[in-house]
Amino acid sequence: MSISRRQMLLLLPAAAVAWKHVLAGTPEASPNYKLSDHWWGMLIDITKCIGCGNCVRACQTENDVPDGYFRTWVERYHVSDYDIENPHVDSPDGGKKGFLPSKEEGGKNFFVPKLCNHCSDSPCTQVCPVGATFISPDGVVLVDQKYCLGCRYCVQACPYGCRFIHPQKNVAEKCTLCYHRITKGLTTACCENCPTGARQLADLKNPNDPIHEFLKTHSVQVLKPYMATHSKTFYNGLDGSVR
Amino acid sequence: MAAVFVVGILVFLGVRASLVPRSFGQYGHYRGDAITEIAARPVNFAGHQACEDCHADVLEKKKSGKHVNVNCEACHGPLAKHVDDPGSVQPAKLDTAVLCVRCHEANLAKPKGFPQVASADHSSGLPCDTCHQPHSPAIVAEEKSEAKAGGKK
Repeated sequence: MSISRRQMLLLLPAAAVAWKHVLAGTPEASPNYKLSDHWWGMLIDITKCIGCGNCVRACQTENDVPDGYFRTWVERYHVSDYDIENPHVDSPDGGKKGFLPSKEEGGKNFFVPKLCNHCSDSPCTQVCPVGATFISPDGVVLVDQKYCLGCRYCVQACPYGCRFIHPQKNVAEKCTLCYHRITKGLTTACCENCPTGARQLADLKNPNDPIHEFLKTHSVQVLKPYMATHSKTFYNGLDGSVR
Repeated sequence: MAAVFVVGILVFLGVRASLVPRSFGQYGHYRGDAITEIAARPVNFAGHQACEDCHADVLEKKKSGKHVNVNCEACHGPLAKHVDDPGSVQPAKLDTAVLCVRCHEANLAKPKGFPQVASADHSSGLPCDTCHQPHSPAIVAEEKSEAKAGGKK
């Protein structure tokens, strides 16, 4: 095949356009990711959490969470010996800067990291009047921020207080379980940065995921089971006083 | 009359087709494209596999120590930009006097087995890497005597 000088000149602009696309790269898609192959959840081991706040900081950097709002946060519980029904809970700045030393008052002290529970029967998605929040086919509760009106129904509906209205965008905002990471084969920012492995991303549809062995061999609980939300954030070593 | 209804229905269908996004209802009562849009966000933390591809020496060092399961970016911070362009984006130098106490400052609420120190008593303000190597923090006997000699000057 030979190309004349004239044809060559005609081809050049087309080649330039094509090359521009090559340089720009394809949008970061995940071609090998199949929605129906996954069912995401998270495992939190309270017996390992040291309250360092790494997860909170990582989440804020990864997802541009505005200051003073949290997609994940860490609570410190103090359960006194004589009043186990009314624990004292604090979470200064969401635990982002760690915690001051706990007082020596006896009783139980422990940290509880919290985030969206990615419920299978989520109250928040059921109340959305416009279909802006939904549970994706792979089990992650997401917000379509282009469609959200900012009506706050979902913020009120979440029994775990995991949603907020973004102060600038005025739309609902929440943990996406780092959807842009897990679809690329990475783990979430909080799990990646947890130094003790207290947080583990779990794919319940993957038979080789260590979550299955863990659930079989440990006493694992979810938050507010009486709400029948079928939460997929599992807690190991959860104290009965945690709300 | 029938014509009015037919026109009305046609107008309704036309308006509906133009207002409802094409991917609405693809998976359920929401815009299917929202899933791909959310998934296309850029990543800030590259993940430890990306670090280990180049820094195998550090990985080797970590293997012998207790920090083996602590991922790189947990201390070094988000470095996806460094992975994309290792030449021009360099990770910041870390201050161990600030960094280590985030995890190891003593607190009653921490699990009992977790190594904790009251940093003021433990090192009197010296940076932790005077004695401990962050990638493998346990102090071996000879390093200990060396560090003591060095630290008490």
